Amino acid sequence: MNISHEWLKAFVPHALTAEQVRDLITAHIATVEGFERTRAELEPFVIGQVMESEKIPDTKLSANKVDDGTGALLDVVCGAPNVTVGAKYPFARTGTTMPEGLVIEQRKIRGFTSNGMLCSSRELGLGDDHDGILELQTDAAPGTPLLSVLPLSDVNLVVDVLPNRPDLLSHQGVARDLAAVTGVAMQLPPELSSIQPIANVMRDEREVAAGGVNIRITDAADCPRYIGVIIKGLTVGPSPEWLRNRIEAIGSRSISNVVDATNYVLHGLGQPVHAFDLKKVGGSQIVVRRAKPGESLTTLDGVERKLDPTVLVIADTARPTALAGIMGGQASEVTDATTDVLLEVASFAPKVVRLGRQKLGLSSDASYRYERGIDDAALPRIAELAAGLIAAVAGGKVEAMLVAGAAPAARTAVTLRPARVSKLLGDTVSADEVSKLLTSIGFAVAADGDTFSVTPPSFRHDVLRDVDLVEEVARLRGYDRLPDRLTASRPSNVPDHPMHVVGRRVRDALVAGGLYETRPLPYAKEPPAGAAPLVRVRNPIGDDEPYLRESLLNTLAGRAEHNLSRMQGDVRIFEIGTSFTPKAGGGVKEEIHVGALVMGARRPRHFTEPEPPAMDAWDAKAIAEAIALAAWPGARVDLVPGEGDVTWNVMVQGTSRGIVRNVQLDAPVWASPAFGVEIALGKMPANPIAAQGTHDYAKGEGAAAGARAAVRYEPLPITPAAEFDLALIVPDAVPAAEVERLIRVTSGDLLEAVSVFDEYRGEGIPAGTRSLAWRLTFRHPERTLRDKEIEGRRSALLKTLQKEIGVVVRTN
Amino acid sequence: MTDAPLSLQDFTSLLSQFHGEAAPAIDAASDADALEAVRTKYLGRAHGWLKDLSAKLGQLEKTDRAAAGAAFNEVRLRVEATLETRRVALTPARVAGALADPTMPARRQWTGAVHPVTQVIDEMIEIFRELGFTVALGPEAESPWYNFGSLNFPADHPAMDLHDTLYLADDLVLRTHTSPVQTRTLQGYAPPIRVLIPGNVHRRDPFDASHAPTFAQVEGLVVDEGITFADLKATLTHFANRFFGKTKTRFRPSYFPFTEPSAEMDVLCGVCHGSGCGVCKQSGWIEILGSGLVHPAVLESSGVDSEKYTGWAFGMGPARTALARHGIPDIRLLYDSDVRFLGQFAK
Ligand SMILES: [Zn+2]
Repeated sequence: MNISHEWLKAFVPHALTAEQVRDLITAHIATVEGFERTRAELEPFVIGQVMESEKIPDTKLSANKVDDGTGALLDVVCGAPNVTVGAKYPFARTGTTMPEGLVIEQRKIRGFTSNGMLCSSRELGLGDDHDGILELQTDAAPGTPLLSVLPLSDVNLVVDVLPNRPDLLSHQGVARDLAAVTGVAMQLPPELSSIQPIANVMRDEREVAAGGVNIRITDAADCPRYIGVIIKGLTVGPSPEWLRNRIEAIGSRSISNVVDATNYVLHGLGQPVHAFDLKKVGGSQIVVRRAKPGESLTTLDGVERKLDPTVLVIADTARPTALAGIMGGQASEVTDATTDVLLEVASFAPKVVRLGRQKLGLSSDASYRYERGIDDAALPRIAELAAGLIAAVAGGKVEAMLVAGAAPAARTAVTLRPARVSKLLGDTVSADEVSKLLTSIGFAVAADGDTFSVTPPSFRHDVLRDVDLVEEVARLRGYDRLPDRLTASRPSNVPDHPMHVVGRRVRDALVAGGLYETRPLPYAKEPPAGAAPLVRVRNPIGDDEPYLRESLLNTLAGRAEHNLSRMQGDVRIFEIGTSFTPKAGGGVKEEIHVGALVMGARRPRHFTEPEPPAMDAWDAKAIAEAIALAAWPGARVDLVPGEGDVTWNVMVQGTSRGIVRNVQLDAPVWASPAFGVEIALGKMPANPIAAQGTHDYAKGEGAAAGARAAVRYEPLPITPAAEFDLALIVPDAVPAAEVERLIRVTSGDLLEAVSVFDEYRGEGIPAGTRSLAWRLTFRHPERTLRDKEIEGRRSALLKTLQKEIGVVVRTN
Repeated sequence: MTDAPLSLQDFTSLLSQFHGEAAPAIDAASDADALEAVRTKYLGRAHGWLKDLSAKLGQLEKTDRAAAGAAFNEVRLRVEATLETRRVALTPARVAGALADPTMPARRQWTGAVHPVTQVIDEMIEIFRELGFTVALGPEAESPWYNFGSLNFPADHPAMDLHDTLYLADDLVLRTHTSPVQTRTLQGYAPPIRVLIPGNVHRRDPFDASHAPTFAQVEGLVVDEGITFADLKATLTHFANRFFGKTKTRFRPSYFPFTEPSAEMDVLCGVCHGSGCGVCKQSGWIEILGSGLVHPAVLESSGVDSEKYTGWAFGMGPARTALARHGIPDIRLLYDSDVRFLGQFAK
């Protein structure tokens, strides 16, 4: 909402600066988010007085001596016919930039030096006057800034009015609160204060006729009240200067006296009013009704709009003439030829205007206010002011006011315990102060024992409960006056959500492992035919990614490709976020997943290793193990070989929790292969509405967030270990895990550790086999093992390996 | 031996004579061979000077021998240390080539990084944890009741226009704020409640330099007996001073359907410190978060007695703070996941 500082001052004659007004409005009323001086381009201009003037022969020019307040008289050449000795004019000194961009410099004209310029109103952007330079009627001394004598200087305050306060969508509305905050009494501006009541008023509940005009409301639920004022014999033309200044001060364009007057009422008093050209309203009929199927209307903006019964219209005998509360029709628009108007000052239901606006996709200053709620009770007075204003600026006679519909019911009072105000605010506010503050903004306060019965004014639709009144008191006193001491508090009864705890542990592990956390958008393209379905957004932002992703790894693959397209091949990224899956019966299953993707150099380049090896599947396997360890501390984790691109399935305590896989990318030839991990950490159940106390959103199964079982200490060994190596020839069909399993079951409980430390294929090793070298560590807890005992175990082991899986010892 | 016994004083003067010659000779050795020659001369086991001195110990009175032996050992250790230092100084050329130039870089590992938005969330959680807050989470796909109805949004009202909503089904939306977790927490737990609620929210906003359709929010909720607006102001001011360093806060009227009274909190502009500049649009203040006392209708929709309990809540966008703190000009950089961007936030 654009608020003109000068216009506001016409309602509240305060003595504050625009900056002070801005700060008061922000602190107590609504945030001022813009502060723009108007006519700032005229700041460098001053008053110049012509002291001598002399015609330059054979030209239209004059050579003048001008006093600009600096002392010495300046030589100024002027081409205007109306230069008068002794008169004062706007003066541009040398160096001044004109509104159109020209910089005034010292010049020689016909041998005369000119130091500056006397200006016309056109040159200052103030009008189209061609008659010459602008003579100023002022007592101000030469050298005084022009803006201090012309009533043009203003400040546009851009106020952010939130949906609960439609009463602030006008100068009068902001002025009401400002008057309360400053203690300066509110008044009507001079242009409105002398307007007289209308003598000829006709009223009826549904239908009313006078002066040849008939107004009918078909449904009071859509239109509680419709006031029409007949004004005849007016002349449409330019607005007077004061009105044009008001309209231009809020950033609008002056159109004509009648249109400007209606805009004055909209922005000044907050009420949308519409002027019909009465002669173009068929049968002089105003019918407020829903549009019929198939009807259409060309609105003021020249667009033909197809209507249906969701849209409320104003119609004449034959067809719609305006969209009620949204926009007028082109056919009945006021033009230069208009002499008689019907002025509409009406109340339309917020919901019907909202539905129509949404249906037609057409928003206006009027619909914006109707949707939020207008001051219905003020309509007759506003109709008088609006009609009086039009008659004042365009002539004509206000013939009659027709009022169809009823005045709104009295507002319901809200009960307020003044003690509750102090209790909620944490500061002592006396009942007397509460009453005074509420009264200052139009609330009627009646004391009844310990409670107040508070009736909101007709323009406040947002005050329904006692807390709404508490806010009024708090803001009018000022939030800054409230104390801000930290006080002792009881600790939270809510445990940390397990997914937060686990996510944090997993994140720390991955960052320690050299990966970057990402927070990409969760949207996905349509899945390929045959793939599992995804959750679709009904009204997506764009058509390219209308789905929600299920796989975080797919999202990361897209981010990896983004990096490759920017020549970045070392990509180590992860995300902890939500995976969305459609549920069979509708609805969405949400899980918290961790996805990680790695490709490129395993280590940073170093002079000892100029070409570090590229990451491979073993790096991804280690990442999967690290995630599982962080998420399920102490649990048994197995990485079971998978199929196709899935290299391993991640099993935690026997349950499948995720995968490690090769990631296929749209990648340039220089890129290394990419490997990914995706593990489901736990569910985020979206339970239906639950009874209090039964809600279990924090009990989602998944990774263990709570205290883990303590690790049991194992005594440090006091006896020496015996180690030996086994180089084995292993057929390709036999996995290393199987060899290890057999070693473990055959070796007995003195086996302390077993690990594979070499793999070799090639010369000396039969085709279809490989050599695997293992190191076995044995230890007896109480004594040193004898060589014979070790040898016995070794030969028993070799026998079993050969018999069970055809593995023999390597001899070469 | 018929010589008179050697006095302790004479012996220590012999020791100092030895040290006075041996140490400069060692330091003067210019290569390993020279050093070896010096070593043999002074410390040689067979014929070295030190060997001669040790033989003289026997000539001392028995009562002096302990003191003389200690002095002898002291000198011997010093000279040996001098020799070792000189040996190290003369031999680096024989050690592995790398350390010949210790200014060469270390063998580093990759350094990971936490996303700048997560860093803001982490810092908030740390500060609020000191004040007894825990962390609550909730789903992103929500029923309209949790997202709007339980939070006192009037149906068919312009307040809804502030939340341009993405629909998954008639009865399922992507949550437009973290506030539905207020309702879930109030339903699940009895007061006292002090929780911080981080999470992603979704709006039907275009993806451009200053908007994103998905963004993080951090919500705070306090519900207990006797909670006041002064508590809200004190706690959030404390947070602002911890988070931004010593600053000032300003509270001004605002509107959210689920709080009443509502307030927006500003902190002093970090660029101009209140005098007004381009960053703060000349106001001297930067908007940080929205807040207010929990609307009794919100407590009532979760079955909490709004007469007995009161509370306050706030909501903040950590991405805005991350952009401002790091001077990031375009919000899309937070989502692109360019490794050159992410790597800049390694701790
Ligand atoms: Zn600033």
